[in-house]
Amino acid sequence: MTEESVKQRIESGLVGSQVQVLDTKGTGDHFSAVVISNEFEGKSLVKRHQMVYATVSDVLTKELHALQLKTYSCKEWKQEN
Amino acid sequence: MTLSEQIQDDIKSNSVIVYMKGTKLMPMCGFSSTMVNIMNMHGVEYKDVNVLEDPEIRVQLSAFSNWPTIPQLFVNGELVGGCDIAIELHNSGELEKIFANAGK
Repeated sequence: MTEESVKQRIESGLVGSQVQVLDTKGTGDHFSAVVISNEFEGKSLVKRHQMVYATVSDVLTKELHALQLKTYSCKEWKQEN
Repeated sequence: MTLSEQIQDDIKSNSVIVYMKGTKLMPMCGFSSTMVNIMNMHGVEYKDVNVLEDPEIRVQLSAFSNWPTIPQLFVNGELVGGCDIAIELHNSGELEKIFANAGK
């Protein structure tokens, strides 16, 4: 998989999200993503990660071996930066 | 007892349990290894289950927890998260509170 294809999946699954993806090993199967979405507001980390995992469920644990995640609501992202 | 019942029983009866690749003495994956390091930093007692021993464990576990990846940390019967969440909760100090309530 490519960084772009992972990014597109997450963005189309979580409408309005902003996503940055990195191929951490350069092998096309381990990725790290930062996902910013208003949908995360008020949700637990477990719930947030489940929401992102759901957007790649057909490839996760197959072509996509690992997806490290950092999730922020828009409000948290502003506070962080 | 089916495997799925066994998993749910283990999660219920162990206040802290980690499903991982390898064992706490010999993790077989970087993410599981990170999880073990975090557990060690907290000095918390926990049961480890090696999902590599039987591929079906992972299938049944993920179906139950709605969590596709390994490792998975459960405290008091609830999914705390995988490696990233454990790191985040460790850094925020939240994990210490979660472990302090383990078994209570």
